[in-house]
Amino acid sequence: MQTLQPKSAAEEERAPAVAPPALRRRARRIHGDMVLAVLVLSPSIIAVALFIYSFIGWTFYISMVNWNDILPDYTFVGLRNWLRLVRDERFQIDLRNLVFFAVPFMAQCIIGGFLLAALLDQHIKGEALFRTIFIFPFAVSGIVTGVAWRWLMQPETGINLLFDAVGLGFLKSQWYASLDYGMFAVSIPAAWQMSGYIMALYLASLRGIPLEVREAAQLDGCGTFALYRHVIIPLVAPVTFTAVVLTGMNSIRVFDLVAGMGGSGAAYATDTLAFNMFQMTFQANRFALGAALAAFMIILSAFLVVPYLRSIRHEVER
Amino acid sequence: MTLQLQRVWSRGLIYLALACAAAYFLMPIYVLMITSLKPYTDVNVTRMWELPRGLYFGSFAAAWGMVAPNFWNSVIITVPAAIISSLIGSINGYIFAKWRFRGADTLFLLFLVGMFLPYQGILIPLVQTLQVFRLYGTLAGVIVVHCIFGIPITALMFRGYFAGVPGELMEAARIDGCGFFGIYRWILLPIALPAFAVVLLWQFTTIWNDFIIGVIVLSNPTRAPVNVAVQNLAGSFTVEWNVQMAGALIAALPTIVVYLALGRLFMRGLLAGAVKG
Repeated sequence: MQTLQPKSAAEEERAPAVAPPALRRRARRIHGDMVLAVLVLSPSIIAVALFIYSFIGWTFYISMVNWNDILPDYTFVGLRNWLRLVRDERFQIDLRNLVFFAVPFMAQCIIGGFLLAALLDQHIKGEALFRTIFIFPFAVSGIVTGVAWRWLMQPETGINLLFDAVGLGFLKSQWYASLDYGMFAVSIPAAWQMSGYIMALYLASLRGIPLEVREAAQLDGCGTFALYRHVIIPLVAPVTFTAVVLTGMNSIRVFDLVAGMGGSGAAYATDTLAFNMFQMTFQANRFALGAALAAFMIILSAFLVVPYLRSIRHEVER
Repeated sequence: MTLQLQRVWSRGLIYLALACAAAYFLMPIYVLMITSLKPYTDVNVTRMWELPRGLYFGSFAAAWGMVAPNFWNSVIITVPAAIISSLIGSINGYIFAKWRFRGADTLFLLFLVGMFLPYQGILIPLVQTLQVFRLYGTLAGVIVVHCIFGIPITALMFRGYFAGVPGELMEAARIDGCGFFGIYRWILLPIALPAFAVVLLWQFTTIWNDFIIGVIVLSNPTRAPVNVAVQNLAGSFTVEWNVQMAGALIAALPTIVVYLALGRLFMRGLLAGAVKG
């Protein structure tokens, strides 16, 4: 009954409820393309589902079986590995080390990164050069960073030699060889690598603050410190949140740096959860205990990742 | 007049602070360079900061002799892995940005979780799976792993870039008869060059600098990537300091060169990878 008459776009718009064949054909094509899009995406979906989500599940499962030797043994033992882990002295030292690392590391990255960004935001000649110098450690691997800083932090030379030369001998330290503050020494090269990154995040945010905001604050009689204290620092709070999450994540997974600086040290002074997991699993072959450690690391990270993903949710769903 | 003077002072202090910070950031590289240019007899704990008396390349020759095979392993791993993961990322980013089927955004957030996962959390099943597929201990296995774990970050970067392409352009292409692949091939790919550069650079740096996947999957030292080899040098008590430093510099050179040449892109990658909250 229908005559196949070509219709102009204007006619189509005038009577959309009738849905003329041309429009229906196009809608069908878009629908077909949508199916195609999902199909093309599906290998990646499968890869993520398998290599991320099912692997996480499998790690949790392994943490509850009896596989603490080379040969797999999938006898279910409940939380036995977890209880052994919690009572393990090395694990407890790792938890202490996590705090000893995370606090100075995050402070150096966030305070240092913000200060550098604030300085670079003052119409600096040669800004690009400074920026390049501050960010480049992020392009250097954790191993290379560790090797260089191990030499710098040799107790009998390196930085200690510099301190002596300028009359600051009282600052000399055993660095990573110290039984109490070893982790603090590891946080210095870690922050050396990452504070330029945090600086870049802050700098981008500072550049986004309209000039009028600063001018208005100055008209209200704000000095430089008051301006930063009451106006700028609250405005860059979202970056601070991102920085806390990123540096927090990096604190949980410190591995390369410790490996590059010579391992877990005397009395595990520079041991980390990640390094312990590696040795426990792949050198001592205690797979189930290693899996419990790994699962513990996942739980720790979830405390940072979940709030972070919630916070970016609205931005993702534009 | 005093206000003027105060201004000069504060500007001076700002530059002084920046110069000190720059010296701090360059210090480890300075030490790596001068130490690796010295012969072992000159590597002395009391004269560590002194410049070498002449240019001596013996440490580099010695280090290169030890890490050269591993350096080429890293090239064989990094170049294809970076290219493949960028291509996958461009398609995924295109879909997430322009074909927003129901649940696409939730799926995307689920992808992003992978970016933040500590590798330790999946190492045991990873080794088991690679053994099943006979990829354990092979360079191909490492390439596959890097491609898969690159899916979240590359999708994120390309999605952000393609989201900026106006919808009218897509609409126009569709009216001209372009389908799913046509729009990707004729509209997005031609303008995606900057995004490709950023993502390639990012993936190159990340994969080159990787240590954990290399050390786990390639347990045979002759197949290991260069960062694993440098770690072995550093762990051995028989290798001299100057040779260790030279090895570290060799391992760092490709990423440093690429960074100096394309630093602006690197900065963009940093910002794209962070999803400002």
